[in-house]
Amino acid sequence: MDIVVEHLTKRYGPQKAVDNISFRVKAGEVLGFLGPNGAGKTTTMKALSCFILPDEGDVKIGGFSVREHPEEIKKHIGYLPENNPLYQDMNIIEFLEFIAKIHEIPKHLIQERLLDMVKVCGLEGEKHKLIKELSKGYQQRVGLAQALIHDPDILILDEPTTGLDPNQIVEIRKLIKRIGKEKTVILSSHILAEVEATCDRIMIINNGRVVVDGTAEEMRKQARGNEILRLGVAGGDINDIFEKVMDIESVETVDFIDFECQILEVQSYSNASSVKAIFDTCVANNYYITELTPIETKLEDIFRELTTH
Amino acid sequence: MNQVYQIARRELSGFFDSLMGYVLIIMFLGFSGFFTWIYGDDIFFIGEANLNIFFKVAYWSLFFFIPSLTMRSLTGELKGGTLELLLTKPISYWQLIMGKFTSTFVLISMALAPSIIYYISLWSIGSVDHPAIILGYIGLLLMSMSYIALGIFCSSISDSPIIALLSTLFIGIFFHQIFETVASSSLGVTGSIFSSLSMFTHFESISRGIFDLQDFIYFFSLIIFGLYASKEILVSRNLKA
Repeated sequence: MDIVVEHLTKRYGPQKAVDNISFRVKAGEVLGFLGPNGAGKTTTMKALSCFILPDEGDVKIGGFSVREHPEEIKKHIGYLPENNPLYQDMNIIEFLEFIAKIHEIPKHLIQERLLDMVKVCGLEGEKHKLIKELSKGYQQRVGLAQALIHDPDILILDEPTTGLDPNQIVEIRKLIKRIGKEKTVILSSHILAEVEATCDRIMIINNGRVVVDGTAEEMRKQARGNEILRLGVAGGDINDIFEKVMDIESVETVDFIDFECQILEVQSYSNASSVKAIFDTCVANNYYITELTPIETKLEDIFRELTTH
Repeated sequence: MNQVYQIARRELSGFFDSLMGYVLIIMFLGFSGFFTWIYGDDIFFIGEANLNIFFKVAYWSLFFFIPSLTMRSLTGELKGGTLELLLTKPISYWQLIMGKFTSTFVLISMALAPSIIYYISLWSIGSVDHPAIILGYIGLLLMSMSYIALGIFCSSISDSPIIALLSTLFIGIFFHQIFETVASSSLGVTGSIFSSLSMFTHFESISRGIFDLQDFIYFFSLIIFGLYASKEILVSRNLKA
């Protein structure tokens, strides 16, 4: 099922939480919404899941519009809201059964789907407990289970790892990656590493607008197209080395990272690579290379750059 | 319909899991039994084979019990955030509200049901006016439905169950007693307007065995208005939230 968002706008009072956002998601993609708090990620997801109606624009899922056929859309979406609201007083099986019946899963299939969800979400050992007795990590899994139980084509997860400890985070991410192989997944986060680790495609949202839309590599390339190397050279005076490296044609700038250890940061011009030239220079002058590592522009930096204004 | 049934079923189990259901039934039957058969103007004292005393006791005890049941109905969902969970499932606002309404009504009916024993006991003691008693029960049920609708409406406007409870009682007391008091001390048109707004008037009328369309219209208007208003409040909260 394809998702098409067209000029989606949503206001809260005078403020535009989502400002004319448009994008498409193909079936099977795993898309990550990234953005600072208040950027509009949750509002966008609420519009996708038919919880709120857009003020302007439309969302079409599988050809159905959220304005005209939300009932149809809801059958194909599994939604895990922020804060994962659950009925604390029910036990896991009761709760999942309730959700299954709401989704009108045929009676004879319910038992099977229930056990399947318990297995897939790793709830085996806890399945007779009341939801309020579960740790946050397990509650999150129950939230995922209710989003999956009707086997939707599309999964919308709002900050699925918030508040979890590092072990739980790894487990949930593994689960999401596994699910992502068969379903379309949209997840939101303000943790870059998470989005990078689980998603094929990243959209950075800020102030209600899409700032960047692409894969992690595309984003890095786009942000700084230049090669940056961490270069350590020995066998000569650092200042001489500095001069020689500066002289290389493809090198744009050279900076000191560590004077004592003779480590430089070498940035090349766009679309140029200085690796061979550096090697040749060193050979010509009897220097030897102690370190040569590409420095990848960190997503954090891209994020900062794009979202602080 | 399935959705309404599922919600109602879940709510009803919730009432019993939280012991609220048991507390209500026991207290209601306790009160009713005490004041109908033992204390004050009880049946033996009055010496007539009718359940008017019981209906009068129930008229007031239900007035207090129902808001305590409904105070959590929507505030719970709003506070816990589960409204968002439910409304992204194939469920409409109406189905949710009707589910809540139905479950509370079933619980009230379960509380009233054992009082059939009073009816049967009377029947074995004296000559009973059957239609009067049956209509009395119908009056109680209609009154209950009206207050359940009011209670659900008040629980939709606030996140706090206490505010829901107090506002239900506050609005309710006007219908339950105040309009009647004003009506009986007014003359002419004013008097009859307040009288037609008063729950007391319509309840009395039905439980006296009078089958008047006006009374049914009164109750159903309250019920439909309460439920419709709840839906509109929920929708408008969502548009903002």
